[in-house]
Amino acid sequence: MTKSVFFGALATAGLLAGAASAQTLAEVQERDTLRCGVTTGLVGFAAPNEEGEWEGFDVAICRAVAAAVLGDGSKVEFIPTTGSTRFTALASGEIDLLARNTTWTFSRDVDLEFEFAGVNYYDGQGFLVRKDLGVTSANELDGATVCIQTGTTTELNLADFFRANDMSYEPVPIETNAEAQQQYLANACDVYTTDASGLAATRASFENPGDHMLLPEIISKEPLGPLVRHGDNAWGDIARWTLNALIAAEELGVTSENLEEMAAGTDNPEINRLLGSEGNLGEMLGLSSDWAVNAISAGGNYGEIFEDNIGADTAIGLDRGLNAQWTNGGLLYSPPFR
Amino acid sequence: MSDTHANSIAFVRDTELPPAPPPVAETGVIRWMRENLFSSVLNAVLTVLSLLVIFMVLRGMIPWFWNSTWNANSLSECREMGSGACFAVIRERWPQFFFGFYPNTEYWRPVLTFFLLFPAIAPVLFNRVPKQALLFSMLYPFIGYWLIWGGSLGGPVGTLLGVVAAYLVYRVLVQHSTVLALLAGVAVLIIWMLFLNDFVIGQLSNLFGPGLEQVDSRMIGGFLLTMILGIVSISLALPIGILLALGRQSDLLIIKAICIGFIEFIRGVPLITLLFVANVLLSYFLPPDTTFDLVLRVIILITMFASAYLAEVIRGGLAALPRGQYEAADSLGLDYWQAIRLIILPQALKISIPGIVNVFIGVYKDTTLVSIISMYDPLGVVQPILSDADWNGILWELYGFVALFFFISCYSMSQYSRYLENKLRTDHR
Repeated sequence: MTKSVFFGALATAGLLAGAASAQTLAEVQERDTLRCGVTTGLVGFAAPNEEGEWEGFDVAICRAVAAAVLGDGSKVEFIPTTGSTRFTALASGEIDLLARNTTWTFSRDVDLEFEFAGVNYYDGQGFLVRKDLGVTSANELDGATVCIQTGTTTELNLADFFRANDMSYEPVPIETNAEAQQQYLANACDVYTTDASGLAATRASFENPGDHMLLPEIISKEPLGPLVRHGDNAWGDIARWTLNALIAAEELGVTSENLEEMAAGTDNPEINRLLGSEGNLGEMLGLSSDWAVNAISAGGNYGEIFEDNIGADTAIGLDRGLNAQWTNGGLLYSPPFR
Repeated sequence: MSDTHANSIAFVRDTELPPAPPPVAETGVIRWMRENLFSSVLNAVLTVLSLLVIFMVLRGMIPWFWNSTWNANSLSECREMGSGACFAVIRERWPQFFFGFYPNTEYWRPVLTFFLLFPAIAPVLFNRVPKQALLFSMLYPFIGYWLIWGGSLGGPVGTLLGVVAAYLVYRVLVQHSTVLALLAGVAVLIIWMLFLNDFVIGQLSNLFGPGLEQVDSRMIGGFLLTMILGIVSISLALPIGILLALGRQSDLLIIKAICIGFIEFIRGVPLITLLFVANVLLSYFLPPDTTFDLVLRVIILITMFASAYLAEVIRGGLAALPRGQYEAADSLGLDYWQAIRLIILPQALKISIPGIVNVFIGVYKDTTLVSIISMYDPLGVVQPILSDADWNGILWELYGFVALFFFISCYSMSQYSRYLENKLRTDHR
């Protein structure tokens, strides 16, 4: 009896939460801030600086969405989440958008009932080794000791990779990236494996980065992207098309520098539709006509955001690689704005 | 006769011999060393080994401190400037260690709150301080809340009025029955909070104006957060723990059952689980737009956790009292509350001091677990610093700094408990 009452209460709470979540846009506009879930700190992707201002690649997505909806990229409340609290925070309605280098997987999309707005970074699992180990390919790693973060998809990918190539390895389980760096530097393991972007950042922090190298093999697909709750398609569209607007802006050559000029109207109808001087795309989303202008002015187009936070000139120094525009051999391909 | 005597003895010493110096091995440093360091072969071996260990530790640490760098903007600059510690990270990030992301124009508020803490707890800790000072101690929670979270002065004053109203009701009724007065007081407080508080606060806010800039709980972090969580939980947990311990020994079946159930349930659940409940699950159950402050939720759960443990420690003290003490109180004609207040608790608490302080220190350190639910306590602050490309890869300096803070806090607590034990020691050991 008591059990059924309890479950009844749970179901009601769930229904209420579900009903409430269908109006995220109205809630955000009424609150006048976007609640955006980010990591508690990941180099280049999201971290508060010494003034407490959040910076990073994922943070820029939050700001762009806030700018598109509210007209101001600073109207974001950043809610740090850990790997274990991120999904409950989103499902319970504590945050409106989760931009926390989260891999888009089938079960997260379908079973956990989230809606991925797209991919803002194509990552993949790589290997970091010392150069004096004399290894040049992941296929030569038979018998190596490997530092691996427990409870992540990387752990499973590693097992799959070694089994598929009929090799053995000895795992050194570790909890955090900081611990992994120490273990790896103390020679507790030959190889450190995690997402390639994380490895690049880790390598950049070493005293002698030149003594270490990333192996060329990438053994998994880790498409990272922002996500929202199932069931509020209007809000999902806003997140998806804000991301697409950033990508399309780079493709169309709209940058934060020429933005104002282009917003006044150009010869290219697609740019005009994107920036709102033609058509009524903003209205369709339930936003103002200059929504994309605001989104781009928050941190620039996709390419500018990339270069500012994780690009070749930063300490992390990532190449565009898969994250180049499709016209440059990458995977970024925004559907048309029409 | 004396002549004979004088002639028969060849030499008479007429002055006392100056005392010979004690053997070298029995004086000063050598004796001390012989007795304390080299009293046996085993002891000598242990001494040599210990010295060796100390030497090796110092050999590593002294150059590390000596060559430390304080003026640099990133870890790589540090590495160029010196081979030792890179304390520049502390110099750059200390505000975050102390205040989290508290707005930096408002730092004076937590600092003022911190210094007001001393006059507020002095009358509680030391009985030489005049008892009138307790009035300030009672006002302190409201002052502290207002200073740290800001907003209009109306909020804390409104709540204070409710507490005063409850106290007045208690005072009026206490002549008739203590329990009745207590219940009525609590009832008044609840009624005030549910129905009157909003209205009164609204009126008072108009009266007092906007007050200080409001600071969101999410901005609070670092040592400030540790101190808030630790001090509030500790000071709330002690009275609740005492009540639970008494309730567990009560003859009233329902009270006893509730107390046992509460204590056993809370003790049977890890603190992390409770924190997850506070952070995540509560937001499922509460209506979507209720903003039930995260710091408040965490304080409530840590308090519950600490009070369950304290209740068991105090129950140990109660059980250690001879039955004669209870009977003596009865024979004096004291009622239950008088007996507890005047005879039982002073003795039981004295016995439990080491255990109580142990729980306090444990709870204080357990507050670092809130970094798991993404609050920026001192350990949590380390994470964003490591995520700054400038400082990624630095560890010892950061964790050492946090450890130093916790050592100072916890050591002061344990020193105070020793002082208290000495002061209250009435036996003749």
